[in-house]
Formats: sequence, structure tokens, C-alpha cells
Amino acid sequence: MSAELINGIYIIAAVLFIFGLKQMSSPATAVRGNLMSAVGMLLAIVVTLASREIIEYQWIGVAVVLGGLVGFIAAQKVAMTSMPEMVALFNGSGGVASLFVGWAALYNTGNTTFTIVTILLSILIGGMTFSGSIIAWGKLSEVMTSRAIVFGAQRVVNALLLVALVYCGVMFAMDPVLDSPYFYAVIVLSLVFGVMAVIPIGGADMPVVISLLNSYSGLAACAAGFAINNNILIVAGSLVGAAGIILTNIMCKAMNRSLANVLFSGFGAVKTATKVEGEVKPMTTEDAYLILEAASSVTFVPGYGMAVAQAQHVVRELGELLEENGAEVTYAIHPVAGRMPGHMNVLLAEANVPYDQLVEMEDINPRIDNVDVAVVIGANDVVNPAAREDENSPIYGMPIINVDHARTVFVLKRSMASGFSGVDNPLFFGENTRMLFGDAKESLSSVIGEFKG
Amino acid sequence: MEAIFLGFVLMLSIFLGFELISKVPATLHTPLMSGANAISGITLVGALGSAGAGLSEWATWLGALAVFFATINVVGGYMVTDRMLSMFKKKEGPAGDKS
Repeated sequence: MSAELINGIYIIAAVLFIFGLKQMSSPATAVRGNLMSAVGMLLAIVVTLASREIIEYQWIGVAVVLGGLVGFIAAQKVAMTSMPEMVALFNGSGGVASLFVGWAALYNTGNTTFTIVTILLSILIGGMTFSGSIIAWGKLSEVMTSRAIVFGAQRVVNALLLVALVYCGVMFAMDPVLDSPYFYAVIVLSLVFGVMAVIPIGGADMPVVISLLNSYSGLAACAAGFAINNNILIVAGSLVGAAGIILTNIMCKAMNRSLANVLFSGFGAVKTATKVEGEVKPMTTEDAYLILEAASSVTFVPGYGMAVAQAQHVVRELGELLEENGAEVTYAIHPVAGRMPGHMNVLLAEANVPYDQLVEMEDINPRIDNVDVAVVIGANDVVNPAAREDENSPIYGMPIINVDHARTVFVLKRSMASGFSGVDNPLFFGENTRMLFGDAKESLSSVIGEFKG
Repeated sequence: MEAIFLGFVLMLSIFLGFELISKVPATLHTPLMSGANAISGITLVGALGSAGAGLSEWATWLGALAVFFATINVVGGYMVTDRMLSMFKKKEGPAGDKS
């Protein structure tokens, strides 16, 4: 196939990616959008395989079959609760693929200095995406501690790393010979840099990190596109890069923090919140049933704890019973609830909650005064009124779902431990708050039992 | 000239990306991410070139590794996105029918 024809088909593939993303603007069309995007990808791959440049197929065949198998099994087996880990690993594999493409491009003949610089960029971005994603995966799956790892000279070490990276990069660009020690140094330093970039970020900030790594994996593909002079890589890579940046921005706004603050400071170490004291009012599942039975509007506010307790199915069951009972039921989801953007929505969708009942923070807050019962399940920081009232609180200024303004608040909680950020929550001591201690799934099941009995 | 041309492509795509993605509702952010992940598997196209061009043994190996990882991204990304998206259902029956 001629180069013109191939590039023509790449344009069609790009159009399909763009329309695919456009259809993601509504859950009703999103499945079709994803399919369009996949068709675009298939087209791009098939024409590339048919191009004259490709003369050997045996290794491609082996690699495609193995990679396809791994991807297929991973996509089938992964539980929706562990989507964040999965996405972290996918980000990493995209990054490392770009690293290898950049590396292999070094063996092309006639590389200009511009190409060498883009090769170095694809190795740098790809390498740090890879190692950063592995660390993010480790934190999410709790293979390693999810707390922020900070040490005194961290900034100095990072600055030195950066200087060393730039130095090795410049030295290699000036004398780009194969097997240059500077080149291998760039690879190693990029990997170390990725590790250093992610370890100081605490578990509660993981949604930001995943979005950011997602963006990097796109930018790495983009840089690889420059390195091998390929338009479709640049277009698709920058679409992904833009997606990641927007999500990162949304996450940062939802936590009222700047990106720099998330990236460079361990969370919760700076200020100590005003100690909250008061009386906690526990209740039994029977009390809960009586209040819910009389309620005409109920809002569930899920957090990561719901995923841990695997309570999404009983939540949906209770929601259905309440609807049959004549109540209006909604599910209010904070942008940073869970460990990645939109995580709670997927879990509830898996449990068959219709998506028109999932509402965003901005939609629920103006009408929360009219909600009879707000049921908080495994969420903590995102409903903490200290963010509104206590200037000393580390989460002060973060927008929250104002459940304390609802007529009654139920908090389902295992014990009185504080949230992921380690901040006390005055909500638990509120006048209109009732605590339902115990495993969220069991508690809800017995409330359901009361309804049916 | 080539660099400037590619720079134009880059700039326009980033702006287009911003426009498109900012219209995606929060509900779909997780599938958006895994879908975007699949798209970043476009590196596969570059990797195929490296693995199949018969450059040198080492370059072929690097290319094949890149093909392996990028294929995981493409296949896994699209499939898991499809799995997630097909879970999003509208309420059954006529709207507003709450007895």
C-alpha cells in the first residue's frame, strides 16, 4: 500500500476516534462510541500491517497474540471494585510500549537532532508513566503502604534527578551513538523519576494520580509519534493527553487543591484540625427502618467504603424497596468518591442502579434541605462539614455534599475511626445524625429484612 | 518544516481533545479513562513498524515488546470499557412511573 493511502486511512481512524469520544457525552450512546473508536483502531492497525515497510511478521504475530490474550483475560476477569488498579496497570503498559517504540526508533537511519530529542522525550514520559503506574498500582492494591512517603531531602533529590536527566539527555543529543551510556542513564533516571513522583502522594489523592498518569500515557504515545514521524500517534496521543489533563483538573477542583499541592506535599501533615467533641447517637436497624419507611425522599451518598463492603447490591435493593414505598431515591456522588474518577458510578451501574438516578454534587446540594434522609455509606471526607466550617481543617475549602443539611443523616460505619485523610468528622456528632455501626452490607440487609418482614 | 507541521497537528488535537472531553458527564469518567487508555494503545501502530521493518535484531526485539504491551492496552482497554458501558442502563418502563 502506498504511503498516501495509509495516511488517508489514518485520517479516517482519527475521525472515528473523535466521533467515538463525542458519543461518550451520554450513557445512551457511549457503547456505540467505544465501538467506533475500536473500529478506528482496527483500521489503523490493519493498514499499518499492510504497508510495504513491514517485511517480517513472525514476532508481530507472537506479540499480538500474547498481548491480546493478556488484555482479554484482564478485561474479562477484573472486578469493578478493582478498576482503579486495572487502569493503573493499563497506563503503565501504554507508557512502557512508548518507551520501547522510542528506543527502537534509535535504530532508524537518518535521525535528526529533533528526532533524537523526541525519542528522549518518549523514553522519559513513557518510563516515568510506567514506573509511576506500578507504584500507583502498588498503593491502590495495598501491596505497599497507601500513605504518602515523604522524607526530608525529597525535593533536593528530585531536583538532582531532574538535573541529571537533562544533563544526560543533552549529552546524548549532542552525540547520539548507539549504546551510549548517557542513553541508558536516561532510561534508568526516567524510571526512578516516575517512582519518586508518585511515592509522596497519599491514598486519598489517587484519583488525581491516575488521571495524571492517564494523561502521561497519551503524551508518551504523542512523543513516540514525533519520534517515528507518524500523524495518527500524535493525534490519538494528544486526545488522550487532553482527556487526562481535564480529569486531573476536575479532581483537583473537587478537592480545592492545586495540582502542585497534590504532587509535592504529603496530605494531612500540615495542619491539625480543631478537635471535635460531642455525643454520638447510635441507632438500631429497626429505628433506621422506621425513619426510612416514613421518608418521602432519600439520598444515598456512597464512598469507597461501599466498595470495600461490597454493599452496592444491597444498596440498590434497599433503594428499590424505598421507591416501591413511594419515596424519591437518588444517589449523590462526589467527584472524588472512590479511588478514581467515576468509580462509584460504575459500581452502582453494575448493581443495576439506573444512571438517571445518579446525581452529581452540584445537583444535589441546592435541594438537600428537602431530603428527608441522607444515607452515608462508607464516605467520610466528602461529607465532612469541617471542610466548610473549620478553617484549621486540612480539608478546609473542599466542596462537599452537604448531607448535614438534610433532615436526617444516617452514617453507616464500621467504627469511629477517621477517614482516609485522617481528619475528624463533626458530622458524626451532628444533632440530626444517627450512626448505624457495623458492616454496611449486613446493616443494610437487616434494614431490608425489616421492610420485607 | 516537518516539525512545524507535526506541531500544528499536535496543537489542534489538544484543543479538540479539550472540547470533546469536557462534555463527558462525571458518570462516565471511569469508562472514559479506560477508553482513552485503549486509544493510547495507538502506540501499537508505531510498534508494528519497529517490530516488522527488519532493522536489526535488537530493534526487532524492542518492537515486539512494544507490540505486546500496546496490544494489552488496545484489547484490554476496549473490552473493559465495553463491559463497563453496557452496565449503564436507563430506568425500565415509562419515565416517572413511580408507584
